[in-house]
Amino acid sequence: MQTAIEHFPVLIVAISLFSAITILVAGWINKKTPPFISIATILAQFVASILILNHVLTKGPIHYWLGGWKPPWGIEYVVDVLNAYVLVILLFLGLACAVYSKRSIEHELPHKIVSFYAIYQLLITGLCGVTVTGDIFNMYVFIEIMSLSAYALIGSRGKIALKASFTYLVLGSIGACFFLLGIGFLYSVTGSLNMHDLSLLLPPLYGNRIVKAAFVLFIVGLSIKMAFFPLHTWLPDAHAFAPSEISAMLSGIIIEVCTYAFIRLAFSVFSVNFIRLLPIFDILCWVAGIAIIMGSILAMTQFNLKRMLAYSSVANMGYIMLAVGLSTSARNYPWCGLTPALMHILNHALMKGCLFLVAGAFIYKADLWDITELRGLGRKMPYTCAAFVIAAISMIGVPPSVGFVSKLYIIFASLEAKKFAFVAILLVSSLLNLIYFWRVIETMYMKGEEGEEHSHASISSKDEIPLSMLIPVLTLASLCIVMGVLWLAGITIPALNKVNAMFGLVVIR
Amino acid sequence: MMEWLIEEVFAKYNYWISIILMLIGFYAMIAKDNLIKKIIGLNIFQTAIFLFFISLAVVKGGTAPIVSQEMISKGHVYVNPLPHVLILTAIVVAVSTTAVALSLIIRMYEEYGTIQEEEIIEKSREKGMTGV
Repeated sequence: MQTAIEHFPVLIVAISLFSAITILVAGWINKKTPPFISIATILAQFVASILILNHVLTKGPIHYWLGGWKPPWGIEYVVDVLNAYVLVILLFLGLACAVYSKRSIEHELPHKIVSFYAIYQLLITGLCGVTVTGDIFNMYVFIEIMSLSAYALIGSRGKIALKASFTYLVLGSIGACFFLLGIGFLYSVTGSLNMHDLSLLLPPLYGNRIVKAAFVLFIVGLSIKMAFFPLHTWLPDAHAFAPSEISAMLSGIIIEVCTYAFIRLAFSVFSVNFIRLLPIFDILCWVAGIAIIMGSILAMTQFNLKRMLAYSSVANMGYIMLAVGLSTSARNYPWCGLTPALMHILNHALMKGCLFLVAGAFIYKADLWDITELRGLGRKMPYTCAAFVIAAISMIGVPPSVGFVSKLYIIFASLEAKKFAFVAILLVSSLLNLIYFWRVIETMYMKGEEGEEHSHASISSKDEIPLSMLIPVLTLASLCIVMGVLWLAGITIPALNKVNAMFGLVVIR
Repeated sequence: MMEWLIEEVFAKYNYWISIILMLIGFYAMIAKDNLIKKIIGLNIFQTAIFLFFISLAVVKGGTAPIVSQEMISKGHVYVNPLPHVLILTAIVVAVSTTAVALSLIIRMYEEYGTIQEEEIIEKSREKGMTGV
């Protein structure tokens, strides 16, 4: 007997896809409708995702068989705590960006409003699809839907953005091909594509070289998609030249969903036992350490604000992957297993979402791209700049912000794993974060306005962005603090601990 | 040596062919300066993976997978249809990737008047990196 909520996983994907088509038709009739349809759809999806999370936490995972075909033959959508958690984050940020983009897109891409929202809905479809699916080939298809819409959205501003989008397309397609090849390897030894079925068929084959090769192919393929350090080269340009709300989505969610895909494959399809056979997670930890330091150093050298934030994303993917790498050795309660990694997925989405939206606000108001042009904006756009400061101090890791909590937990996890080098790396990176964010804050608040007449003469004494742009920015900024307090109070951690228990990372006492 | 050659190369020639095709595609993507050639390289790369999948499906002496009682009773075997279906989907993905890539190239040609990567980078430097 299925309740209504058990149909939500497929509905979340379907209504988004349907609304993409509706937007095209409605936009053809009346150009004003697309933003409202998009916001309404994502709001409905967001409510559905919260209901799913609630259902999953109280009653256990949802299994939905598409077309009633039993797995392993049919495609299965499986939603457990991990999916539901990522789903809520992605739809929340998706909603914030959709609300924000209404005015921003009217300004940036006045002739492309209809197609922007149609592709934006396709992007949300792809993201939701990757999250809910329980079939690896289906996951590949959704990753491609998501990436293809991301390529189109990045290129939408034209000029140099086209080049950035093209680079991302070539690298992203290589990543997807590796992923597909990995699927082929697994299929050739097991004859199955369903994740749960694979997890049952694989254990006797753990010594097999094909299985190991498949795992490595998944890591490399997804590392390109999630801009993990040596493979991050597409990211800075793509983030810097995309429309701001797409930068926020790219940095806050798209690369995170690829991390989710990696966690899902590593722990659900393969398992902790398989990971312990190979030294691969130790290698991941070290690469992540290098990613953190290099990302921060490269961010320091940037003059373009969005580019700086993009390199900071590279460093933050390092944090998440470091936490994933440490997950097999950390066992003590609050920071055990995947908790720090999952925590930072949410935290990074909030912080980076906020920062990129603020960067977009500067571009919207006065076409300001470089950090040096931001002089005296603290007085002209007080709320926006305050939001920036809150998100920036979260990135630095000032208590009780979200950034502080994730850094603290990753440090505890690395202490427990007796890998003290990572403690040093985290502390150094906090220092580097302080340097490059302080530079921006200093320019906004403390530098005089001697260069006023050439750079932003158009800004009058107080000139805030429109309310529909300000609300998402302020919501994200305040959540940076609220979630930090919630994490520290430990209210939300038991939910994440269910994920650890599911993957056998901790023993429930 | 000869045994190794027979067992590892000739007996598994389908894998070698897809590896070689993949490397050709990969080389084109890295080394070619022309954006269209890069996309051709990408297509070769994808096709190599498709061939790998299709070669997995082969059953010796297998016929088309249309099941009928008569055929089974005669002892006929079928090729595995699932990889074919997967690759049909993957081809659709590859075609849409190519379409997006080509449309990006067309837009770039309109903006810069060239499809050589080096020249595009040079021209965008002249205009300043933000290039809004």
